Amino acid sequence: MNQADTHLKTQAILEIVEQEAGNSCIRLSGDWTLSNLAIESALQKHIKQAAGDSKLHWDLRSVNILDSATALLLWQAWGQSVPVGLEIKPEHQRLLDKWQSQEVPALDSPIFSVEQTAAYLSQRIWEAFEQLLNFIAILGQLVLDSVNLLRHPSDIPWSEISITIYDAGVRALGITALVGFLIGIVLSYLSALQLKLFGAEIYIIDILGLSVIRELGPLLAAILVAGRSGSAMTAQIGIMRVTEELDALSAMGISHSLRLVLPKVIALTVSLPLLSVWTSVAALIGGMFSAQNTLDISYQQFLLKLPDAVPLLNVFIGLGKSAVFGLMIALIACHFGFRIKPNTESLGNETTNSVVAAITVVIMVDAVFAILFMDVGMP
Amino acid sequence: MSEPYAIRLEHIWTSFGDKVVHKDINLALPKGEILGLVGASGCGKTVLLREIIGLQIPNKGEIFVMGESLKTISSSHGKRLRNHCGVLFQKGALFSVLNVFENIAFPLRELGVEDEEFIKRLVFMNLENVGLSAKDAWLKPADLSGGMTKRVALARTLILEPSLLLLDEPTSGLDPISSQDFVDLLSGLHQDLKFTVILVTHDLDILQDLCTQIAVLADQQLVAFGSLASVLACQHPFVQRYFHNQRAQRVFGYQAQTQSQTQQGQLNG
Repeated sequence: MNQADTHLKTQAILEIVEQEAGNSCIRLSGDWTLSNLAIESALQKHIKQAAGDSKLHWDLRSVNILDSATALLLWQAWGQSVPVGLEIKPEHQRLLDKWQSQEVPALDSPIFSVEQTAAYLSQRIWEAFEQLLNFIAILGQLVLDSVNLLRHPSDIPWSEISITIYDAGVRALGITALVGFLIGIVLSYLSALQLKLFGAEIYIIDILGLSVIRELGPLLAAILVAGRSGSAMTAQIGIMRVTEELDALSAMGISHSLRLVLPKVIALTVSLPLLSVWTSVAALIGGMFSAQNTLDISYQQFLLKLPDAVPLLNVFIGLGKSAVFGLMIALIACHFGFRIKPNTESLGNETTNSVVAAITVVIMVDAVFAILFMDVGMP
Repeated sequence: MSEPYAIRLEHIWTSFGDKVVHKDINLALPKGEILGLVGASGCGKTVLLREIIGLQIPNKGEIFVMGESLKTISSSHGKRLRNHCGVLFQKGALFSVLNVFENIAFPLRELGVEDEEFIKRLVFMNLENVGLSAKDAWLKPADLSGGMTKRVALARTLILEPSLLLLDEPTSGLDPISSQDFVDLLSGLHQDLKFTVILVTHDLDILQDLCTQIAVLADQQLVAFGSLASVLACQHPFVQRYFHNQRAQRVFGYQAQTQSQTQQGQLNG
């Protein structure tokens, strides 16, 4: 026997051996495992090429390790059969026999019928309706809890409320101030360019004051809180579902609504108006800074003109709006939190849904306020 | 293969801050054995398992897996070594976004296998090996019972036929029937695939029915290591409490009795 070609790989070895009668023999030796073959993809190619030649004789007696996957690979290369005259150890022969006798279940390809589509759509509509019902249930329970707390003030969860005010309010002061300040600068710069054209520079105070105090301040704060605290609240309740903390609360007879929903709702309803004032102040400072640089309007002039340009009623509209935003963000966060199932996919999906829904609802509520108070608070 | 040991631990020291978990642990486990790692809750069994997997690094000492030192191994070689090691986590650790079929096929796809027919055959064979049917392949992990989750996780672990299997409390949370089924399954697969197993367990039945070697961790040290008979003979107070309490007596009754008779005989002799 002459060794004609050797493909020495790390552990799996394939040799083509010329035999005396002029016939060739493929000899495999070493460790034939899938992880070895994955590293040496050339070996798989050689196997497939050699398997195409029906005259070749196969000798697997020197194979040390043959795993099921590699046995399958060989069996498939041989055309789902065993070559004539195959020399193999009995324990490895058993692997080939296993593949030979395997019955693979057919994979059902998905068929889309009208009925299935209708069923899918009706399911989606039902789910949306169910969500609405759940949301109303949370809201109703909240009202009942509030009435109950008015009758028993000692049950008010003060510590949970103060922790949430700190997390959602105090810890958001930095980011809301930064975003407000920068938005104030941007708004002031863009308006200044237009106002200069008409010689109406002084109206920068009216534009900034009204848009920031009545609209942008509350909206910016609400969007930031929805993204920052709303998502955290949803994920927190979701994780409590995963770790069975919600079940533990129920088992102890403690209301989820009282301990989890109510503190969040109260905390955001209280803290968001304050955050909105803070954001508005930061935006006005940014606008003032920019107005002085671009339009030569001094800080003193800006502050003196501001109360005339923006009636006090606008501040109250902004505060009222923010309180409603806070209430809605907290309710939506809790609603989606309770929908989370104990798996990572659901956690991610519902947290995303919570933030998207909260921001959408905030903008919808803002639109409602804009229509309702159209003629209120205008100079 | 010149290395006769699947695992060698040499002078392993582990601590978290001031808390010392392992104090000079030494162990050499020959290939093909099934080792049960036992000890009190919080004694560092899972930490030791995580160190063997390479998820945690000991403060001092060296770990050899299949003759390769985890300290000096290159990343590419380490990746190859991981293909030879299968890990079954306590809760299965199935990917919840994937169904059962895709969970089991995951290691194959990661290895670069693209032939769908090949993947399908291997996945269904592994499903069958762990006693699950083809229709279970389309279920999501959230739809599985505890026993099924463990079986699917085992199928995923075994798809590359690892030479070393590490199991963290494989029967915890299973009812006695599922637990016995799991032991039988593992025992059968061990006979076929000849892998080495290290399992962390509190299940005395597993020690009795499955393990060929037992290692006992107590007082931050390995206080006993060997066959069940030799561990039963160990005089360490923790081993005495663990293996000679009333519950253990019910499981090991015969061996314990025989062992104590032998000891008595040796003392008399």
